[in-house]
Amino acid sequence: MTHAITVTINGKPYAHQVEPRLLLIHYLRDVVGLTGPHIGCETSICGACTVMVDGKAVKACTMFAVQADGRQILTIEGLATDGRYDPVQEAFWNEHALQCGFCTPGMILAAKQLLERNPNPTEEEIRHGLEGNLCRCTGYQHIVNAVRAAAARMGG
Amino acid sequence: MQAFEYASPTTLKEALSLLGERWGEVDVLAGGTDLLSLMKDYVHTPKRVVNIKGIAELGGIRRTPAGLRIGATVTLDELLASPVVRTEYPSLWTAADGVRSPQIRNMGTVGGDLCQRPRCWYFRLGYGLLAQKDGTSLVVNGENKYHAIFGGGPAYFVSASSLGPALVALGAKVRLASASGARELSVEEFFVIPKSDAEREIALRPNEILTEILVPPATGVRNATYEVRHKEALDWPLATASVTLRMKGATVESARVVMGHVAPIPWVAREAERLLAGKTITEEVAEQAGKAAVAGARPLSQNGYKVRLAQVAVKRALLAAARGKA
Ligand SMILES: Cc1cc2nc3c(=O)[nH]c(=O)nc-3n(C[C@H](O)[C@H](O)[C@H](O)COP(=O)(O)OP(=O)(O)OC[C@H]3O[C@@H](n4cnc5c(N)ncnc54)[C@H](O)[C@@H]3O)c2cc1C
Ligand code: FES
Ligand code: FES
Repeated sequence: MTHAITVTINGKPYAHQVEPRLLLIHYLRDVVGLTGPHIGCETSICGACTVMVDGKAVKACTMFAVQADGRQILTIEGLATDGRYDPVQEAFWNEHALQCGFCTPGMILAAKQLLERNPNPTEEEIRHGLEGNLCRCTGYQHIVNAVRAAAARMGG
Repeated sequence: MQAFEYASPTTLKEALSLLGERWGEVDVLAGGTDLLSLMKDYVHTPKRVVNIKGIAELGGIRRTPAGLRIGATVTLDELLASPVVRTEYPSLWTAADGVRSPQIRNMGTVGGDLCQRPRCWYFRLGYGLLAQKDGTSLVVNGENKYHAIFGGGPAYFVSASSLGPALVALGAKVRLASASGARELSVEEFFVIPKSDAEREIALRPNEILTEILVPPATGVRNATYEVRHKEALDWPLATASVTLRMKGATVESARVVMGHVAPIPWVAREAERLLAGKTITEEVAEQAGKAAVAGARPLSQNGYKVRLAQVAVKRALLAAARGKA
């Protein structure tokens, strides 16, 4: 049996009939067509699938689409406003915080959550805040630099 | 993942009416951070899933004359944001903060942490709680690096809950509701060592929902948790200790010392508790208590290293509690 869900994604309302076992990440990518959130492990380890649900970073591979019924979702596609990058996106660009880019959508949303909660984090706090996101390319140092730069830019 | 019927009731009464009489038929869904993994691996194949996050009465943290009442669906993140938890129950706060990654803490609930299934790889591969094949333990002769050093079998998995030991040490209770009423158990009684694969590692029955956790007031006690981890990311601790000290001035009147991730249940170190009564916590006393706590350990072929870790965890938790305020 399918269930009717309504969700607001990046400010736009959507309504769909979904099977209960459909994961949120598959819903976003295959039904809605937002392929920014990636699938790395599908077992809640890598964080590539990170999106915000009602303002909280979650792993979309470890949530059913039906659990998102009635909620607000933000994916990487919704982060820029009026064609302007969010300061965290800009800092990732400037500080070379990505190589292959696979982890980047999740990493940026996790970084955004971190800065919302702690506008001026220490290096240790940045690493703690990003512990749910794995990057296989950068060695993390440039990512830490980017979060620092974004914090400075946002006046933290 | 096997298909299932989904329900998202808004009252406890309705949710309880949707549960089954036998394990395996219905699963309760809170944050889903553990249940989804179990379902993806076909360890759980429920016919129905009941989401309890829409039930308002299961949320919220409230101070009552009997102590702190924590709703089962309070997320770990909400728990960490509570000033009362942070200042009065640092032991619980540290344990919740240890749960790895903000994303898991945003979704995972306190009730779900207590009810999460063991991470034993044999269990997760479908060999059941006792992890036996043809009547012999796969653990004893197999890969047992992360398994129990206490309990003596036949179950060798370790309880995965980090909040469990802290709540046992604090003397907390859980409330379990079913269609025919509610019962209260101490968190200590809630965790059980299964003797067969048909049993569970917690006292919850298939027709019950854990509705709240009641933690007694922290007046006059000091409490702390110390965790030993392999690395700072995405894994469960190797050994932990949670302690609660009831103080009379600088002297310990009575102590609760509970080790985590070393046995199928939070493991109460009674010898250490007896040793601490009437003492002042010094480096030396804490060291002795650590030794007493692990005196009965019976490690397996690959996990002898955990004995030392548990000993050190007890010592450091005691020293941290002693430094805190009563
Ligand atoms: C990468 C990673 C690292 C982790 N590290 C740690 C750690 O260090 N320490 C630690 O303690 N935990 C750790 N966890 C586990 C995490 O804390 C739990 O997965 C989480 O707390 C479970 O809560 P939930 O609400 O998501 O439960 P769910 O996944 O919804 O449920 C888990 C189980 O409990 C049952 N259940 C849930 N709530 C109730 C209820 N109220 N009544 C009856 N049954 C219920 C469900 O039916 C299911 O069987 C980690 C998890 C991950 C993925
Ligand atoms: S794909 Fe979700 S955490 Fe890896
Ligand atoms: S940039 Fe390649 S995984 Fe992070």
